[in-house]
Amino acid sequence: MSFLLLIEQVLNGLQFGIMLFLMAAGLTLIFGVMGLINLAHGSLYMIGAFCAAAVAAATGSFLLGLVAALAGAAAAGALVELVVIRRLYDKDHLDQVLATFALILIFSEGTRWVFGSFPLFLDVPDFLSGPVTLPGGIEYPLYRLTLIVIGLLVALGLYMLISRTRLGIQIRAGENDREMIAALGIDIARLYTIVFALGAALAGLAGALVGAIQSVQVGMGEPVLILAFVVIVIGGIGSIKGALVGAVLVGLTDTLGGIFLPEALKLFLDPSTATSVGSSLASMAIYILMAAVLILRPAGLFGARA
Amino acid sequence: MIRETYLNALTLGLFVLIPAWALFADEPFTITLMTRAAIFAIAAIGLNIALGIGGLVSLGHAVFFGIGGYAMGILAYHAQTYTALAEWPVLIDGTKSMPIIWLVAVLVSSLAALVIGALSLRTAGVYFIMITLAFGQMFFFFTISWAEYGGEDGLSIYVRNGFPGLNTLAPIQFYGLCFVILCLVLLFTWRLSKSPFGLALNAARQAPVRVETVGLDPTRLKLVAFVISGAITGLAGALFADLNRFVSPTMFSWQTSGEIMIFLILGGVGRLYGPVVGALAFVALEHWLGGLSDYWHIYLGILLLLIVLFGRGGLIGLASGKEAVHD
Repeated sequence: MSFLLLIEQVLNGLQFGIMLFLMAAGLTLIFGVMGLINLAHGSLYMIGAFCAAAVAAATGSFLLGLVAALAGAAAAGALVELVVIRRLYDKDHLDQVLATFALILIFSEGTRWVFGSFPLFLDVPDFLSGPVTLPGGIEYPLYRLTLIVIGLLVALGLYMLISRTRLGIQIRAGENDREMIAALGIDIARLYTIVFALGAALAGLAGALVGAIQSVQVGMGEPVLILAFVVIVIGGIGSIKGALVGAVLVGLTDTLGGIFLPEALKLFLDPSTATSVGSSLASMAIYILMAAVLILRPAGLFGARA
Repeated sequence: MIRETYLNALTLGLFVLIPAWALFADEPFTITLMTRAAIFAIAAIGLNIALGIGGLVSLGHAVFFGIGGYAMGILAYHAQTYTALAEWPVLIDGTKSMPIIWLVAVLVSSLAALVIGALSLRTAGVYFIMITLAFGQMFFFFTISWAEYGGEDGLSIYVRNGFPGLNTLAPIQFYGLCFVILCLVLLFTWRLSKSPFGLALNAARQAPVRVETVGLDPTRLKLVAFVISGAITGLAGALFADLNRFVSPTMFSWQTSGEIMIFLILGGVGRLYGPVVGALAFVALEHWLGGLSDYWHIYLGILLLLIVLFGRGGLIGLASGKEAVHD
């Protein structure tokens, strides 16, 4: 286990975490402002990936694919918000879980109907493929490094949006007292649609970016969705800062756990047992982390309210 | 509009008439479908105690369903390979006897429910939904990497386990067994909801503060409900595994938790017969829509959406014209 490998795995974990952040930021924003649990967020991630793959295949341009992912997911998000989601704000969490579970069924089967069951492929563009040498002689794929940079830029952009713009003020006000800002003449229905579309666009972007390193297929959104939920629960629901910290924590735990737990167990157990026990512990590690955080801090690390 | 009591009697009647017809018409597949419906109903009755009466929105009931399934799978696997389950401190052999398997399924899933419930009940609301989901995922990934018992591929059992005095390989006899258990579980749930404990639990859902002021502990009531709920869903899991003669980590997946919840919502939350109607409707939809189109989940999704948005009270609520439960 060399130092270089460690750095590489930390970067992998960071890249994974940052992509989770794109998902989690939308989820936590939607929960914070509208009080809605959106299980269909994974479907928006899938829609982004499919839009990107279809447009990139048709035009040959990865960047046009990304634009299509953002636009497609935002449009799907806005549409779903107008037709279904806005009827759910006043309902209890059980209804929200069920209605958005129903949306997953509709979106997944609808996508399978349109694109078929076979995965689509989205290639890493030429100008981002190949490795890059980092200071210290570490070779790392340029594309993955780009993902980290894009994710951090989005995080910065979100921070600026929320803390510096008029829309951001309205979002923060909406989190605190939605009746009061409605009384002050803000069109709350429009604000909700914008926030939902923004969250959807972030999910679509994540789907398209990850789609280039994994295959684009029906059902790709659900595993990521559950991890994104773990992230926002660890970070505290409604907190963007919590989502960032939680995402990096989950990304690192998952990636490093998969590498180091089997190695660490080899100190106590024979190699084959250590590998099997270690890999099962590693896949459970993030859920154990989440349960531990919730048991110690029931409202998450940065959660303001339960 | 039909009175709820008649509707309930009609539902139970269908559970007798359809298999009786299938027996005479020699349609064993219909009997298997009804067995599926009866088992799903038992699983959803379990969830109904936690969710309907106790108000605990658990998105992790697949844990108990899966534990029941694996209780059957592991015991039967050791019996069919003639290997011991444990040699120390006492020799434990596998078994092909259903009553013992059920007992193990119920005990282990209650124990799991006790631990998961005690930890999860420290949180509430969305956090409760998420932590139960997380426990479900833990078990799911654990069984995937549990190579000794098949890992991702699961375990197959060659011959269905036995019940004294019955030939469980005959579809109608196994159905009868599941139906009797369904009736017993219904009877138990009905008695439970009328008992002092059931009334206190109902009150703990509606007004926890008041319950506390009269000297009862709402968290403890909910924990006991969660354990009973897990035990019943675990029993259903053991039956389901025996129906398929197969267990796999899919039983632990969060989609399974979602489906158990769908049975309940489709029929009507908090109603005694809600899970029964919902499970029957789900199996019927799965069969008919699945025959019409490969993409039948779209229609299921739309139906579920309509029920959540417009039909509070599920199918029973729609048919009886009463949104809420009156009893």
